[in-house]
Amino acid sequence: MNDRIEKRIELRAPVSRVWRALTDYREFGDWFRVKLDGPFVQGQVSRGNMTYPGYEHVKWEAVVERMEPERVFAFRWPHPKSFDRDQYSGDHSKDPTTLVEFRLEPTPKGTLLVLTESGFDQLPADLRLEAFRRNEGGWTEQMRNIEAYVAKAA
Amino acid sequence: MSQKRRSTVAAKRHARAPVFAALGDETRLALMAKLATGRPYSISQLTKGSRLSRQAIRKHLRVLERAGMVQGVRQGREHRFEFDPRPIEGIREYLDLVSEQWDQALGRLKSFVER
Repeated sequence: MNDRIEKRIELRAPVSRVWRALTDYREFGDWFRVKLDGPFVQGQVSRGNMTYPGYEHVKWEAVVERMEPERVFAFRWPHPKSFDRDQYSGDHSKDPTTLVEFRLEPTPKGTLLVLTESGFDQLPADLRLEAFRRNEGGWTEQMRNIEAYVAKAA
Repeated sequence: MSQKRRSTVAAKRHARAPVFAALGDETRLALMAKLATGRPYSISQLTKGSRLSRQAIRKHLRVLERAGMVQGVRQGREHRFEFDPRPIEGIREYLDLVSEQWDQALGRLKSFVER
C-alpha cells in the first residue's frame, strides 16, 4: 500500500501563469475554494476558511514549506478526524499532517504540474470519515453522472 | 472480562496506531498474509515453519493487535489470532477520497489557468 498520492496534469498555460495561480493567495483561493487571510510566505502559517459548498465551517490552516519560484510550491496541512459539522473542532494543532508539493516543468504545450501528497503513514487508522464520505461520495457520484451525461450528449 | 472482550477493548484503544508502521516489517507482512486467509491461528501454528521463536511471533502479533489489524479470540482452551481488515480498508478508502478531491481541485485549476 502506497503512502503517497501523485497526480500529473498537463496545463495549456505557461509556467509563470500556473505559478501565479498556485501561489497568489487570491488566485489559489479561487480554484481551491478557500478564502485566505493573506499571502503565502515560506515558513509561515497560512490561514483562512474553506468556501467549498458544505465545508464553509472548515478552517484552512497550512504551513508553507517551500516556495521556489516557478519550480516548487509546498505546504504541510492537517488531516482532522472529521469534517462533519458536529464533530469538527476547528483546532488543528494536534492533527497529523501531510506534505503537499506542486512541481512545475515547462513543456512544449505549456506546463507539466506534478502534485504529490505524502506522509499518509503518519495518519491514524481510524479517521472518522463516515459523514464526510457520505457527503462527498454522493457528490462525486453526481459529478460522474453529469460527466457521463455530457459525454453522451457531445 | 473474557479474553475476547479484553482484546477488542485493547484494539479499540490503540486503533490510532499507524497501520503503515505495523506493516513495515517483513515478518509482520508474512504473518498478515497467513492471517488474511480468514481463519484464526494459534501462536504454535504461526510459529510452525518459521525461524522465529514463539516469543518473537508474540511480539509481532502485539504490534498488529495495537494497530487494530489482528484480534485475539478464544477458541475452547486455545487463544488464537484473527485478521481484522478494517484499518487497512479505512486507510485505502481515505487515500481514494483524498485522491478524488485532488482530481477535482486540479480540474478546477486547469480551467482556471486555461481560460
